[in-house]
Amino acid sequence: MKVPAPLVRLWHRLGSPRWFFETTAPWLPWLLGLGVVLLGAGAFWGLALAPADYLQGNSFRIIYVHVPAAILAQSCYMLMGTCGVVLLVWRMKLADMVLEAAAPIGASFTALALITGAVWGKPTWGTWWAWDARVTSMLILLFLYLGIIGLRQALARPEAAGRACAILAIVGLVNIPIIKYSVDWWLTLHQPSTFKLTEKPAMPPSMWIPLLLSVLGFYALFVWSVLQSTRVVVLERERRTAWVQNFVTEQGSKP
Amino acid sequence: MKIPGLFWGQFRRDGALALRQPGELANPLAFFVLVITLFPLGVSPESAVLAPLAAGVLWIAALLSTLLGLEGLFRRDRDEGTLEQLVLHGDPLVFAVLARLLVHWLGTGLPLTLLAPVLGAMLALPEEARWPVTAGLALGTPILVLLGGVGAALTVSLRSGGVLLALLVLPLFIPVLILGVSVAELAVAGLPTAPVLAWLGAGAALALVTAPFAIAGALSIAVETG
Amino acid sequence: MNFESFSAFLTMGGHGPYVWSCYGLTLLVLLFNGLAPGRRKRRFLREQGARQRRQEPPQEHT
Repeated sequence: MKVPAPLVRLWHRLGSPRWFFETTAPWLPWLLGLGVVLLGAGAFWGLALAPADYLQGNSFRIIYVHVPAAILAQSCYMLMGTCGVVLLVWRMKLADMVLEAAAPIGASFTALALITGAVWGKPTWGTWWAWDARVTSMLILLFLYLGIIGLRQALARPEAAGRACAILAIVGLVNIPIIKYSVDWWLTLHQPSTFKLTEKPAMPPSMWIPLLLSVLGFYALFVWSVLQSTRVVVLERERRTAWVQNFVTEQGSKP
Repeated sequence: MKIPGLFWGQFRRDGALALRQPGELANPLAFFVLVITLFPLGVSPESAVLAPLAAGVLWIAALLSTLLGLEGLFRRDRDEGTLEQLVLHGDPLVFAVLARLLVHWLGTGLPLTLLAPVLGAMLALPEEARWPVTAGLALGTPILVLLGGVGAALTVSLRSGGVLLALLVLPLFIPVLILGVSVAELAVAGLPTAPVLAWLGAGAALALVTAPFAIAGALSIAVETG
Repeated sequence: MNFESFSAFLTMGGHGPYVWSCYGLTLLVLLFNGLAPGRRKRRFLREQGARQRRQEPPQEHT
């Protein structure tokens, strides 16, 4: 298979944290702006314009933050698993830096999805917590995130921590579908499916367009946060290089 | 395929070491029995209350006692430098890992499985579930040891990695727990348990061919960077 | 507009506390994720700057 030349060039450039640091700097304001506009539009539409759900009333409006958070929680873990593979196979330093930066952000989105789900459950199911299949899988995902964060903090040497976290992220990624299917199967064995929240046959466009907007907005803000965080990790890890030291001196001479 | 000498050498050495200290071998088992004793005292000694819980209690106790034995799985090798020798050895590290895990399972998972019918009777486990649950444990405990080995290898260089190890490993144990307990439910309901046992067997096969590589990778990271 | 008045928008037919607390929490999480790297970066610049000044003291005395 022949890989197109520009992709190969991009791949080699990604091997340089400095290139990453300098290239992504101008992206940040655009990502932030895009995220704020998309999420703002989605949230306003969802909160004020979308019609109330015929069963759940206005509490369904939580969907516009709950579902994006849950989607991002899963996407972020996939990103980390991919970074783990890239780190172990190609030894790309940048992958480890993204792995470090993304973990707490993914954990925060997972916790957000769980908490908003619980708050949504109170008026809808009449209880804060139900052992619903999605809820349970999300809780286990949170534990997987906490494990990766804990492992990184426990291992003092960055290189050892990076590769160990990469292995753990890959093991987790392989296990996520297994966990998800086993939990799904177990809980459907036990409960009648009265607790299904999001399985509506069809949502009118006035409900799903804002959802799409806020999911896209969440993605933009997620990339914004991860890029920012990765850039700081780049500086910390590369602090012995001349370019970082020059950068620090430049920043220090600014008022 | 010829099994390299590293496997048999490691197997004999670990076996001899384990037999020389039977007390260490018995500790996780004693813990297993102890946890199971706590349930009738903590919940209720009534068999009507215990019967529906029995399979779950057996499995959770098995999970915890497996976890208890994991921390020391590679620790001593690392402290005395044997691990470095194994990484540098000509034969792949995977074989030494497999031998170590096999000995570990023979010392913990297997006796635990053999004890399960007796303890199940003490917990009023319904009779029709007794053998399916035992079969489930026989297939499931190797998965626990294999997955747990990954966690043990990742935390081998930590002084006190016990709590972190639990955090890393317990979420991965969940599918095994679910399948193992559902075997009992199906048996009690008079449904066939073979499909779920087959899933456990498939899980064990999958773990057997993948986990040793993850363990070997994690151990060589610990040696190279430690 | 789906709501008749602003107060109806705030109370959301009794579901107001649930809805607004979720949106508020989301805002907090997004803000935290966005601002935390900035704090970490400023700390790094301060500490690394001090480290570099220690290593190569200024040539000319003023």
